[in-house]
Amino acid sequence: MAAKEIKLLTEFYHLDEYRYLKGYEANNGYKILRKALKMQPQEIINEVKASGLRGRGGAGFPTGVKWGFLPNNDNTRYLLCNADEGEPGTFKDRMMMERAPHQLIESMIISAFAIKSPKSYIYIRGEYDESIRVVTQALKEAYDAGYLGKDILGSGFTHDMDIYVGAGAYICGEETGMISSLEGLKGQPKLKPPFPAVQGYLKSPTIVNNVETLAAVIPILDKGAAFYKSMGTEKSSGTKLFSVSGSVMKPGNFEVALGTSLMDLIELAGGLKQGRRLKAVIPGGSSAPVLTAQECLSAKMDYEDLAAKGSMLGSGAVIIIDDSHSMVDLLGVVMHFYHHESCGQCTPCREGTGWLDKVVKSIVKGQGRIEDLNLILKVAEQMKGKTICALSDAAALPAISFVSKFRDEFEKYILEGRAPMGEMIHA
Amino acid sequence: MSSVDTIETSRFGNSNSNVAEISGAKEGSGKTWIGPKEKEFILSELKRYEHHYSAIIPALFCIQNIYGWVPPKSVTEFSEISKIPEAHISEVLNFYTMFNKIPVGKLHVQVCTNLSCAMNGGRELADHICKTFDVKYGQISADGLVTVNKVECLGACHNAPMMQIGDNYYENLDHDSAISTIHKLAKK
Repeated sequence: MAAKEIKLLTEFYHLDEYRYLKGYEANNGYKILRKALKMQPQEIINEVKASGLRGRGGAGFPTGVKWGFLPNNDNTRYLLCNADEGEPGTFKDRMMMERAPHQLIESMIISAFAIKSPKSYIYIRGEYDESIRVVTQALKEAYDAGYLGKDILGSGFTHDMDIYVGAGAYICGEETGMISSLEGLKGQPKLKPPFPAVQGYLKSPTIVNNVETLAAVIPILDKGAAFYKSMGTEKSSGTKLFSVSGSVMKPGNFEVALGTSLMDLIELAGGLKQGRRLKAVIPGGSSAPVLTAQECLSAKMDYEDLAAKGSMLGSGAVIIIDDSHSMVDLLGVVMHFYHHESCGQCTPCREGTGWLDKVVKSIVKGQGRIEDLNLILKVAEQMKGKTICALSDAAALPAISFVSKFRDEFEKYILEGRAPMGEMIHA
Repeated sequence: MSSVDTIETSRFGNSNSNVAEISGAKEGSGKTWIGPKEKEFILSELKRYEHHYSAIIPALFCIQNIYGWVPPKSVTEFSEISKIPEAHISEVLNFYTMFNKIPVGKLHVQVCTNLSCAMNGGRELADHICKTFDVKYGQISADGLVTVNKVECLGACHNAPMMQIGDNYYENLDHDSAISTIHKLAKK
């Protein structure tokens, strides 16, 4: 039985007019903003806390708790929406911005009101030209309609919102890297603490939230924290958008309750490509450790079950790998990516991603040695937990999981001196 | 995904300058790499954010919009306009992959070769485009038409394989549709 989609966020995404103010307003748009502006900011924060909402960008940190970290002083607070969607396999934020830009804007005004922020930015990756155009247009509409600017809807709350366009760097999806980028610097992450909530953009308190996280604030205020928490599991409440791609018949974004079984999700995406068998799944973007077909059978798509299986929910990018693909070849793709995207600031990451890429590439090319497998594990182990941000770990984890879970395949590949699927060599 | 034809908001203001116009000005004694309209846009960006450094990325995009890449002399000129040290601008320029530090062809074809695209033929597609236009990765074809590059995930994994040309995405491609798309764009 395939899982059922629960369209809490995506209910009206099929409507083309939903991307414009009129169509959005006709479908309950900006209704919750009116309600929120009559609430006390702390009430909103409490509701978000009670909902159990966790960050949808990758780290899964409780959103209400993050908001609660803001220091109690008069410094200007900033809200920064992370729309620098770059985790390989993820394409949900792009859909949210293209189909429902006003949903994002409304949720940001509400969140800004809750955290008492006069200014917010939507940091969109530069490649997402359509998202940029749609959101730019929507911002203009929102200003014209009085949802942004001075004294919003007569509430006395003033808020300005702007877009900032990135220029191509995976690392800017990391919140402190994003802040550096917004400040006009290289997008290199900063050492924490101080956390952005205390000292972020231009050293001011800054809350950085993912597009999907912010959007979830609307149904939470609309239907109540208890309703939101009634969906999902104990520690993973609500719904989540999963971007399913790879070897499935109907790849796409699916909004389901957290805790949905992975196999049901695959079925929702049309099942495996015809004649193919499941080999492995990367359940949360390319930095999430890979699951074997056997592990997939019992996997549930929530924070705790995937963590118990040694992987993670990450950004919700579910990459399905069938039996026609070589794990050696795919690890080559992943390692190339992290080597390319390391910002170069910390030695274990800069050097480690380079070494992993080099060693894996030599195996892919048919020049590997059996002892290289232990070398990969050794290098990867030394990259864990030693750097300013999580990119180093993000590169180490797939390397370790690919090699240890598919060791037989790697050994066979090395011993036969070439790929079992000769035409698949791309190093 | 359908494209939003009705939404046309340029991120560079309403620039009408083109390369010919600006390179015309370049011939004179006072060489100009940044035209008057671009300069106006850059000056407004310098005031748009809390700190003027935030204008670097938008300004570099604006320059790239004219030339297809960011010529070193334009960086010098931007530094003079903005009073931001040239070394800092170069640092930012070289950090981001979307800025072309060397010239590219009229059509910059960027083919995604990350996981989902790799599993659906993205790498073969990139190779095929190179072969068809007789060009190596990163170089400009003899007729000046195309530059092909393999790039990382562009967030269109459900429509793999895909490519980006200029600002636009072309998804669910096969070898023939990719080539015909490029030919069509070449005629524009």
